[in-house]
Amino acid sequence: MDAKDILGLHKTSFPSSIEKKSRPPKESQRKPDGISREVYALTGGMPPLMPSIDASQLKKKHNEKVTWQWLPFTNSARKDDLHLYHWVRIVNGVLPTGDYSFAKYNKSVDIIKYTDEEYEKYLTDPMWTKEETNELFDLCERFDLRFVVIADRFSSSRTVEELKDRYYSVLRAIVLARAASSGDVATHPVIKEPYNVSQEIERKRALSMVLSQTRQHEKRDEEVLIEAKRIAELRMASKVAEQSQLVVATNADAEVTERAVPGESLSPSNVQHPPMAVPSPITDNASTLASLRMLRVYLRTYALEQMVQVSNSTAGVRTIKRVEQTLQDLGVNLKPRVPTKAVCAEHLELRREILTWLNLQKQVQYKEAEGSSYRDGTYGETPDTPKDRTFIPDSLNFGGERVGKKDQKRKGHGAQPTAAHKRPRKQKASDL
Amino acid sequence: MPNTSSSKKHCQDQPQLSGPIPKSHMAKSEENKKNSGKKLKDVEISVPIVYGNIAFWLGKKASEYQSHKWTIYVRGASNEDLGVIIKRVVFQLHSSFNNPMRVVDAPPFELSEAGWGEFEIAITLYFHSDVCDKPLNLYHHLKLYPEDENSSMSTKKPVVVELYDEIVFPDPSEAFLARVLNHPAVHLPRLPAGLTLPPPIPVEDASKRRKGDTKDNPLSQWFLNFSEADELLQLAAARQQVQAHISKLKRQISLIEGQHKQLKSSSDQ
Repeated sequence: MDAKDILGLHKTSFPSSIEKKSRPPKESQRKPDGISREVYALTGGMPPLMPSIDASQLKKKHNEKVTWQWLPFTNSARKDDLHLYHWVRIVNGVLPTGDYSFAKYNKSVDIIKYTDEEYEKYLTDPMWTKEETNELFDLCERFDLRFVVIADRFSSSRTVEELKDRYYSVLRAIVLARAASSGDVATHPVIKEPYNVSQEIERKRALSMVLSQTRQHEKRDEEVLIEAKRIAELRMASKVAEQSQLVVATNADAEVTERAVPGESLSPSNVQHPPMAVPSPITDNASTLASLRMLRVYLRTYALEQMVQVSNSTAGVRTIKRVEQTLQDLGVNLKPRVPTKAVCAEHLELRREILTWLNLQKQVQYKEAEGSSYRDGTYGETPDTPKDRTFIPDSLNFGGERVGKKDQKRKGHGAQPTAAHKRPRKQKASDL
Repeated sequence: MPNTSSSKKHCQDQPQLSGPIPKSHMAKSEENKKNSGKKLKDVEISVPIVYGNIAFWLGKKASEYQSHKWTIYVRGASNEDLGVIIKRVVFQLHSSFNNPMRVVDAPPFELSEAGWGEFEIAITLYFHSDVCDKPLNLYHHLKLYPEDENSSMSTKKPVVVELYDEIVFPDPSEAFLARVLNHPAVHLPRLPAGLTLPPPIPVEDASKRRKGDTKDNPLSQWFLNFSEADELLQLAAARQQVQAHISKLKRQISLIEGQHKQLKSSSDQ
């Protein structure tokens, strides 16, 4: 059974049976009730989401006598006295009442009408003649403030923004002039938020720019923004570091800097449980110390964690693992059991020294590789700098990392090493 | 700028340099508060604590839902009274407990319960107003069963898990410092010379309080010892080793570099 499964034989026998099973139910689904199959297929072959006719209505009893008559009607929305005819539904001999049912949709904007007097008093403008203004208002009335149409129909060429500006300024002036007191109209939209021509022009320009941007532009902009954000965060971190130094240096100026420091929005939440989301990337000790001070209270273990993170930030994951392995080999707890201030400081220093040691190891290996290239006479060729391949020369490798992947898993050391090994994963502290 | 809440104390400047509000407008108590708002630089107050749990198996008396009796606590590392710094501690238990949020208003800050399960307990420390207005969170995984699965459980020997940590106040207020100046629960560095502190203002009614230290606590026989000496020795030894390796490698590098120079000059000829 399992073999067939593994080989996939079982599966091949299934699909055909599944197909057969799936086909009959589909066929039965397709059989529609009440309409022929072809007609049903016209609707897309699927039942509609909503019934087009309320089925219950069809079953209701019809008590009323309904007849239809061809009658004349008028439309109150029309200014002329046009009489047209249409079919009217008569129920039990009673005509329907009321205006033409579509008359209520004849909405229009109330455009103010200013008098000549008002024009002379409030509305004169060096850029606009009275004729133009009159024409503008006439068009506004005709086209219900659809400025794009108005601009198109305007006799002299004016931009939409200019027309809008003129219209709204006139409206504003009139409203203010006609108001009994300024308080009455303070809530009028034109008074509360006056039309700002330059802003509008700018806004439309920006919109069109955004719209016409190519995808390439978009991508580039995004990259720049990300870069800017990163730089801003770095700057914040260094600014905070500066602040902390200021604070330490100037005791007399304590109050002044105290006032400045809280201004920084760098106050991470005081949740000490790891992991903690720090707003800016921890780049160095000074900024970490500064952010710790911001907390007002913290646990020693938390502070140690943060400092360890800082020292680890320059190293890769593999190096960090090697540091931890080294600590274990030296018989040191990865997290101190008694984390006093002194112990934490020593622990941190030890970690840093181990990092230095590991870096020096890498340096030595590199130098050795260079040296072999001199000896081989291949000096001048760039030596192969593999990421993780470590050439361990005989002089250093006492314990013996072996060739071949199998042996690396073995923890113990072996007999004589050979030159140029590839990829030993764990280099023990006791090797050197 | 008048300080009306303690939270502002830590962030605002001193009465002498404050804004246009004349001193006569401030109430006397406000003035006192402002003085105590003064912060000291480079004086770090640390409070060594130990927190954890002790769990006793109930043996014959154990029922399905109550197999262990356990106590979770926060104590001073040297069993001193933490009430001088901590106002109250809130232990947040598993939701299956009645009233899972247990508040302990006075030291010793401990809580005893009976149960069968291990879970994470959130411990929130609330400090006195002149110490810090922000609470601090600790997390402890309650341990009832011994590490070694094979070892038999005894009603006499409890399972004990304790963790050492230190609460650090990097910028303590003068009032806080004045109050805890000579208290054994608190570690202070050497204070700057010529430092004058205001007279200490007590934050609690001393007569009402019961004994807050844990020196004679019934559970104190199970408390673990935490001495930094061992760890320091260990670290010092490790550092020595590493430093020795570093010097060796540095010598090696300079040796190799010397060899390279020779090789280079010989090949160039």
